[in-house]
Amino acid sequence: MAPCRHLPSRRAALLGSGALFAWTQLPKLARAEGRDPRLLVIVLRGALDGLGAVAPVGDPDWIGLRGDRALVLDGKTPALALDSFFALNPAMPNLYRLYKANEATIVHAAATPYRERSHFDGQDVLESGFAKPGVYDSGWLNRALLALTSGGRVDASGAGALAVGPVTPLVVRGRAPVMSWAPQLVVPASDDTRARLLELYQHTDLKLAAALEGRIRLAALAHADGSTASGPPPQLPPPGIARARAYFAEAAGTAARYLARPEGPRVGAMGFVGWDTHVNEGVADGQLAGLLGALDGALAAIESNLAAAWRETVVAVITEFGRTARINGSNGTDHGTGTVALLVGGALKGGRVLADWPGLKTAHLHEGRDLKGTIDLRAVLKGLLRDHLRVEEAALAESVFPGSAGVAGTAGLVRAA
Amino acid sequence: MDTSKKAVAALALNRFGLGPRLGSIAAIAADPRAALLADLDRPRAGELAAPGLPSSAQAFRTVADANAERRARQITMAKAEEAKAQAEPSMREGGVPTANAAATKMATEAVPNPGRQIYLNEAKARIDAALGSEVGFAERLVWFWSNHFCISADKIQSMSGAYEREAVRPHILGRFQDMLEAAESHPAMLFYLDNTVSIGPNSVAGINRTRGLNENLAREILELHTLGVRSVYTQEDVSRFANVLTGWTLLPAADNPDHGGEFAFNRRLHEPGAQTILGQVYSEGGVEQGKAVLHDLARHPATAKHVAGKLTRHFIADEPAPALVESLARTFQDTAGDLKEVAKALVASDEAWSLPPTKLKRPSEWVTAMVRAGGGTTADPRRFTAGQASLGEPLWRPPSPKGYADDEASWIDGMGQRLDIAHTYAERVAGALDPRFVIDSVLEGTVSAKTTQAVVRAESRQQALALLFMSPEFQRR
Repeated sequence: MAPCRHLPSRRAALLGSGALFAWTQLPKLARAEGRDPRLLVIVLRGALDGLGAVAPVGDPDWIGLRGDRALVLDGKTPALALDSFFALNPAMPNLYRLYKANEATIVHAAATPYRERSHFDGQDVLESGFAKPGVYDSGWLNRALLALTSGGRVDASGAGALAVGPVTPLVVRGRAPVMSWAPQLVVPASDDTRARLLELYQHTDLKLAAALEGRIRLAALAHADGSTASGPPPQLPPPGIARARAYFAEAAGTAARYLARPEGPRVGAMGFVGWDTHVNEGVADGQLAGLLGALDGALAAIESNLAAAWRETVVAVITEFGRTARINGSNGTDHGTGTVALLVGGALKGGRVLADWPGLKTAHLHEGRDLKGTIDLRAVLKGLLRDHLRVEEAALAESVFPGSAGVAGTAGLVRAA
Repeated sequence: MDTSKKAVAALALNRFGLGPRLGSIAAIAADPRAALLADLDRPRAGELAAPGLPSSAQAFRTVADANAERRARQITMAKAEEAKAQAEPSMREGGVPTANAAATKMATEAVPNPGRQIYLNEAKARIDAALGSEVGFAERLVWFWSNHFCISADKIQSMSGAYEREAVRPHILGRFQDMLEAAESHPAMLFYLDNTVSIGPNSVAGINRTRGLNENLAREILELHTLGVRSVYTQEDVSRFANVLTGWTLLPAADNPDHGGEFAFNRRLHEPGAQTILGQVYSEGGVEQGKAVLHDLARHPATAKHVAGKLTRHFIADEPAPALVESLARTFQDTAGDLKEVAKALVASDEAWSLPPTKLKRPSEWVTAMVRAGGGTTADPRRFTAGQASLGEPLWRPPSPKGYADDEASWIDGMGQRLDIAHTYAERVAGALDPRFVIDSVLEGTVSAKTTQAVVRAESRQQALALLFMSPEFQRR
């Protein structure tokens, strides 16, 4: 399947048919089935060191590989044992709690089909759902929405997707309507000004009209119950890791508030930057620990803001590839291959680490340097889309993850409804 | 003057410049192409008259000195507090940590970080240059190349503005090779992409210490700055090039009160020996070895193609015609990377004048065009940079070494945010700016009837201005 080149006309068609407005009147077939599923995708840009997040403490080669920078159970900052083999970075106590409550699943030594080491190509593969890098204008999450029929759990024609941040992540771009939200620093224009501008766009520029419309519907949603979904306008965040912590929590927490609403969007995506830890990675008490802690805080914000809807939610935290198995010359790690994917949410059958462990001996490393990818990340995502959102197998293999017929979706990730 | 001539002038100002100011459409309407070229022929075009701004090394030392002084004060104050606590045993319980925290707070207040102010001064010089330029083509080229060879103020704030003045501006109309060498050898780049901590495993320092190679800079030079991703290089080429670049570093501020922060080639960090890159053997030659690799990369056909693709995507269309890219790449090759000739070829292309304005202005371009149209010639750098940041394009703070995206899909969902910024700006200027005047005199009637109608019918001047600045013809180029 060639990348879609017909975005404007299709978007215009959706607009013309009124489908953009239909989302508020979703048929709630899903509720009859016992679940109204939510899926939130968090893309960690820059390549997360999976071995720094979830350490294979039971592997006899682990200490030899990372020396005194290896996370261990009896270190100065002891890792949190997940099972007899894997342990979690201690910067993530929330994730640990969720794991113990069977509401988190960790997938290890996972990788997309991409085997080079460019961040940007890697992110394009991760988010587009295509097996090879290229220029794509839609992502797998958006195409999954399109593939849903009204018989599925989420209504495709109007459910809409939520993008968080000033730049829309590729994973959620495409023909299904996208609403976007970004932290506010200025006084918003009035509803009347928005309506007038929308009217102008509808006569002059349909692409701009569709973009503005997403924002207007989101604003309406925020005011639906008399409160603002985004809360008071945030101040300029403090620098460094504190800024990351504040931004992660605010962005993720806001996304959760929208997803929680009965008539809100059902899928969303956001990207967090900063994971490219080439220098002084600080797995236990530095840079990476700080970022993982910020991510942990974001997961807590999602759980608490989703409230009752948490039971119907899966959050998938994914990254373009992993990092070198060994520490590089500057106490960091360079671009690698296999890494972890973190799944959290009340809809999961969690409390497990899924792995087909490749081993850490040099002969077992990809090109002698990276953790191998033994689980195709597409299998995990396909399993979630199939069993959680009810996307059909055929669509998953053809339009959502083109050319992935040979990659079976992982079964049993979510609870029975 | 007829409307079609004005429309071509407006297209030139939007596509290649920074948008119309009062009088600029009339000034260039007779020959918009010539006006663009004349902007490049100005003496010292692209350079910034910025007396008083520190060099990157000076800025780096200023911040380093402040950090050192703050640490010293913190230690002195903590000692004093501790002594006080010991003199009063009843206060001792938990007293020392509190004393430490208090000392840190006092030291921070006594010696604030000068980096933020340096950043704002640099930002002001850049914004004022953009608002003050007649056409803005040279400035747009500066912005393009600065984004191509981007660094981030999140990592090296002190040097972020000076880097652009030192490594980018002098070369936008010179040779690509010179800009490449200036950028890759600039301390800000070496710091941003971790080359300052990359040590040849077999160098004197590498043998003595346990630290070693970091391939970040080498990879991004090949992937982003020259050949382009998925082109002709392998992982081996990246690693060998990283070896070649070991030793390219900066003088630490602590030991060099007069030259800290300047580029230095440190032989003790440099991986000795010949290296083969893209099949070419580069014999050991210290810093010259790396320069030789950059020299060849600058002339590689893949670089010409990569650069031509990015330039056409930025100035002409998200998906430029392959023939146009090829033709520009040929100019790049035939002129050995003469960037003025390349810029002129872009202006000379038929597509530059025949394609409809489909590109969405990036937030920085759009905000600048708005303030220019509103008659602003200078701006408060705090407010301006905060506005740009809220639109997702904070100045000199790209999210990754790839720089900011240049396609519509990346930015179009930010329309709600743009409207809020337009509204905020309109609120500030509506008292002194008549929307009808902007349409008739600044934009010289080059907006659609539909936009004019919306502006005229608006409920307030402020709303009218917001609608005008948000109109498709104001946002696309």
